[in-house]
Formats: sequence, C-alpha cells, structure tokens
Amino acid sequence: MIRFIISKLGLLIPTFIGVTLIAFAFIRVLPGDPIELLAGERGVSPERHAELMALFGFDKPMWEQYIIFLGNILQGDLGQSFITKQPVLDEFLTRFPATVELALCAIIFATLIGLPAGIIAAVKRGSAFDHSLMGVSLAGYSMPIFWWGLLLIILFSSPDMLGWTPVSGRMSAMFWVEPTTGFMLIDTLFFSEEEGAFGSAIHHLILPTIVLGTIPMAVIARQTRSAMLEVLGEDYVRTARAKGLPVGRVIGLHALRNALITVVTVIGLQVGVLLAGAILTESIFSWPGIGKWMVDAIFRRDYFAVQGGLIMVAGIVMIVNLVVDFLYGLINPRILHTR
Amino acid sequence: MSLLDIKNLSVEFQTAHGMFRAVDGVNFNVDKGQILSIVGESGSGKSVSMLALMGLLPWTAKVTADVMTFDGIDLLSISKKERRKIIGKDISMIFQEPMTSLNPCFTVGYQIMEVMKEHLGGTKKELEKRAVELLGMVGIPAPESRLKAYPHQMSGGMNQRVMIAMMIACKPRLLIADEPTTALDVTIQAQILELLVELQKKQDMALVLITHDMGVVAETAERVVVQYAGQQVEKQEVKGLFNHPGHPYTHALLNALPERATDKHLPSIPGVVPGQLDRPKGCLFSPRCEFATDLCHATPPTTTNGVLCHYPLQDGVPTGHPGGQQSKVAGGNG
Ligand SMILES: Nc1ncnc2c1ncn2[C@@H]1O[C@H](COP(=O)(O)OP(=O)(O)OP(=O)(O)O)[C@@H](O)[C@H]1O
Ligand SMILES: [Mg+2]
Repeated sequence: MIRFIISKLGLLIPTFIGVTLIAFAFIRVLPGDPIELLAGERGVSPERHAELMALFGFDKPMWEQYIIFLGNILQGDLGQSFITKQPVLDEFLTRFPATVELALCAIIFATLIGLPAGIIAAVKRGSAFDHSLMGVSLAGYSMPIFWWGLLLIILFSSPDMLGWTPVSGRMSAMFWVEPTTGFMLIDTLFFSEEEGAFGSAIHHLILPTIVLGTIPMAVIARQTRSAMLEVLGEDYVRTARAKGLPVGRVIGLHALRNALITVVTVIGLQVGVLLAGAILTESIFSWPGIGKWMVDAIFRRDYFAVQGGLIMVAGIVMIVNLVVDFLYGLINPRILHTR
Repeated sequence: MSLLDIKNLSVEFQTAHGMFRAVDGVNFNVDKGQILSIVGESGSGKSVSMLALMGLLPWTAKVTADVMTFDGIDLLSISKKERRKIIGKDISMIFQEPMTSLNPCFTVGYQIMEVMKEHLGGTKKELEKRAVELLGMVGIPAPESRLKAYPHQMSGGMNQRVMIAMMIACKPRLLIADEPTTALDVTIQAQILELLVELQKKQDMALVLITHDMGVVAETAERVVVQYAGQQVEKQEVKGLFNHPGHPYTHALLNALPERATDKHLPSIPGVVPGQLDRPKGCLFSPRCEFATDLCHATPPTTTNGVLCHYPLQDGVPTGHPGGQQSKVAGGNG
C-alpha cells in the first residue's frame, strides 16, 4: 500500500511542473500589455512603464522569470492581485469554501441519485426504467450548463412561473452571517444566532446544486450501471445467491462492493468536471466562489489572480485524484493486501 | 422416498436464434447419503440442469419438469423466498472455478460466517469458532490465521477448500459438486475428491458429483447418469455401467480411459457435441456413433431400461441391429 501511494506521488511532481508551465505561459500569451492595463485610461509614462516592468519582473529573460515564479509558488506566494492589491492566495482562500460547499452538495446530490438509479437500471436491465434512465442521463450529460441553469431559473425562480427559489448569492440580504468556517450551512447552523438563516442558505443552494450536479449525476448513473452489469455476471455473485442470501445482500453487498471500485474512481474524476462546471454555475447564480472570481479576474485581466487560481485549481484536482487513488486502494483488497 | 427426485427436467434458453434446449428430459433421483455422478462431455447440460435445481439460472432460461422435489418439497412451485431458505442450507453447490467463485472483496472468514449467520444465526464468537473448525475440517493449515485472508492471497486448491467449507457449513443434506477439480492441478484433484467423499460419509449427506472424468466416477460414485447434448442417454449402477455399458456413447467414454487403451494411443470419440445450430434430426449421438443406421439418423430413440438408444448394447453387441453379430464394438469390452 505504501509503495502504491509513493508511486502515485511520484507521478504528481511532473504533472505539477507541467501545470506551472502552462499557467506561466498562459499569462504571457494573452493579448495586451499588463502594465498598460493596470494603468488604465490614464496611460503611463515610458519611465514609469519600465519601472513597473522591473517591479513585476517582466523585463527579465523568460527562463529566469519562470524560476522565480516556481520558487514563489513553492513558498506559497502566488503574487498580488493587480486590482485589489491583496495576495492572490488570500483572495483564493476566502472564496474557496463557497465553491467547496457548492461542489460537495452537487456531488452528494449526483451520487445520491445517480448511484441507486444506476444500480436499479442494471438489475432491471432492458426494462422501461433502464431505457428511460439511459435516455435521461444522455440528455443530462450533453446538457449545456448555461442553458440548463437559465432554464431552471426561468422555471423555478421567475416570479411569473413558480417563484420558489432565489436566483443569486448564498444567502438572503436580510441576514448577515460572519464567516467562521466559510461553509454557509455550517456557519448558519452552529455559529449564528440569526433565525432562518440556515433555511435561507439551503434555499439558495438548491438550484446551483442541481445545475452543477447534473452532469456528474448522469456520468455516475451510467458508470454505475455498466459496472454493476459486469459484476452481476460474475461467478461470485452466483455463489452469493447459491448461499441463499436475500436479494438485497447479493446486490447491495456482494455485487455493489465490487462495482464501487470503479464507481469511486469515476466519482473522483468528476472533481475536475465540477470545478470546470463551477465557473459557469457560479457566474449564472452570482455565487461568490472561485469560479466567479476567476471569470471576473479574466475580464479584468488580473493576470496574477488568473495564474494563481489556475495553479490552485490544478493542484486541488491533483490532490483529490490522489485521495481517490488512495480510496481505490483501500476498497480494493487486491491492492491493499498483496501477497 | 428419495431425497431428490427429478422427472423429465428440461431447460430452454432464449437466444438470438430462437429457443435452445440445453437440457432435455433428464430423470434421476438421489437417496439420502448416496453418491450420484453425472458424466458427459463439455456442453452436455450438466451444469445447467443443476443450476436449474438451485434456481440460479438467468431469466432467459425456462425450466420445466414433471417432478422436481427435494425431501418432498416441490421446488417448482415454491416462492423464491422459500427457495432461499433451502439453498445454501439443505442443498448447496460447489462450482467449477474456485478462483472466481469467491468474492474478492471479502475475507474468507466473512464469506463462511455469512452463510451460517443467514441460516443458523449465532454470535460472532460462535460463528468464528465454527468457521475455524470448518477450515480445519477441509484441510487448511493454520485455520485461525486464514480467517482474515482474502481469496487472492490463496491458491486455487485452497480456495476450493474454502468453497467446500462454506457450502458444508450449514450441514446440507445434499451437496452438488460441479466439476470441483477441473480447474485444479492433478495432484490437488485427488485430494479434493477424497475430501468430498470423506465429508459425505462423515456428515451423511447425499452428493451429486458432476464430472467428465470416468476415472473419478469409478472411484467415487454409486450410481451414474450419462448425459449427452442435454439428454440423459444412460442411467446405471456404477459397476454395471463399467462392465456392461448400454449406450454406445458410454462405451466410447469408457474406451477413452487411459487404463483401458489397448493400442499405444488413446481412442477418442470423433466429432463434437452438437450445439444449438447443428442438431441432428434423429438421435443426437448418431453423427458420431459407430452403429448409426438410417433409422438413427431419421428418428429420435426412446429410453428402454435406462438407455436412450435404438440398439442398446448388450455385452458389447447392439441388440436388434441390422448388422447383427458382425457389428460387435471395437476394442472388446469388460
Ligand atoms: N445462459 C445461457 N444462455 C444460453 N445458453 C446457455 C446458457 N448457459 C449455458 N448454455 C448452453 O447450455 C449448454 C449446456 O451447458 P452446460 O454449462 O450445462 O454444459 P456442461 O455439461 O456443464 O459443460 P462443462 O463440462 O463445460 O461444464 C451449452 O451448449 C451452453 O452453451
Ligand atoms: Mg459445467
């Protein structure tokens, strides 16, 4: 097991270097001179321009810029935002919990529906349920997030239609909740005296969760179905039935336990999808997370924010994938207990 | 009354090419504490008929029978729930492939204790004690330490022993062993067979032993059913079968035994078992039978004295055959 983890860690380092290279190049191929952008309409004198270029290190040779950049990252310094003058890392971290909260809700939603649906479809393969689930999940999988979000908003939030759910933010403006953990559900439930704030937080989460969770739900349902179909044909499932065990135990324990080995990996791989989806979802719902922050940063050409955000997101995806690999090892005895 | 009574059991599968009859009119009964052997080449429907009895066939299978009773219980009419109370407890089955028949995600101990918990109940302590006992009984060294092992950490032979331990855990009255040694080394094969027969004696259970090895039949069984292409071609006491086989197919199987070979090379039966698409019109064995006549090719035979043949052999001579005395079987007999 330890060797398994070390080998996975070994793969992480080159990947991370690749990511930093991309992030480093990304900022330098974007059109527009960063200093001019920073100066805005007022313009800047040639002397001041040179001075600022030197200050940010844009005058040095590329390879030297990269070395400095890499060194800074390793020290946890992702630079400063041009606009707010705050350290990028701080800006990222204050918004990160909002995204995590949304992403967690989305993946929980996707799993709670996708997993059982996939299991039932596999057990009743060829049935009407199976066919409709496969159709719906194909639709869900190919649903453009932006369009889907607007559709749901029109249907559920528009006062002319149902008017059930709010359209923007994490919380009604009536409440003020001091961020303790940054997770609104936890803060409102345990650290706030405000009556009704928790309900409002949930209320605000519903639509973004559905919108962000739709694609992972479709993927999880399909993958669970195919993993279960494969496992249900295995000899050990027949053995479990030959033991006279109840159907629930045969399917829910003997078959599912083996199918989960693949499904956990699939769920883990959805983290990248979730973070990409969060960018759009947060923009639609004005959700104050890193997705919206990065979109704003791109429009403002806040280079260091974009660059830092990219590296952080990539790093998080890599760490999550590592955790998934670890989980995979944990639930698969053939890796955990080698001879 | 027999423990297991099967009359005219047939199994049909829905396939892309229409219905396929994998088992066709099989009859036998097993008494308490008796060993019955089912022999036949690959594809002759041995596994399918036993899976039908256990209720383990996929939904594409249609099982019909005039009688299928275990200890007086009609297995055809009971609900799935009632059947689950019987299988794994009173009737258990050991499968062909030990390496894939145990669940890779659970420990050996868990899988053994699970079946006892389901049918007999008991505390974790009691179950563990009994599981260790069982593992010892099937000849696994250091049984305590094996409880926590996973199937992939053990050899095929050890896994088959675990499988046996699991399936005799509830002291079944009937154990079906479906080619329990086919996937194992020759040296291990004999040990596993010995173990099965020993357990059968000790626990006084009936044993249905499926095999395609006539040698195994000779060493273990009391009665034999010979199956060919889903049909039961012969049913006899083991001694009679070896000395006076009634069906040309049985005779050919016996001739294929190494110790019976008269020449330097082993005689084999030419051809293969017919599949779904190449079924002969008359007797299913006729394309491979040395005595086949026009009658055999055109009309399916009926069973007389337990032998499904137009010209059942008597002392190696096909009775009523137009070739008469000249058509005595090659290689002699007895
Ligand atoms: N699920 C199924 N659907 C269709 N046909 C099947 C199915 N299972 C088995 N068969 C067919 O039934 C026939 C009998 O198969 P069975 O497994 O009983 O043979 P067997 O006598 O046990 O052979 P072996 O010695 O190889 O185990 C074969 O021709 C097989 O292809
Ligand atoms: Mg078989």
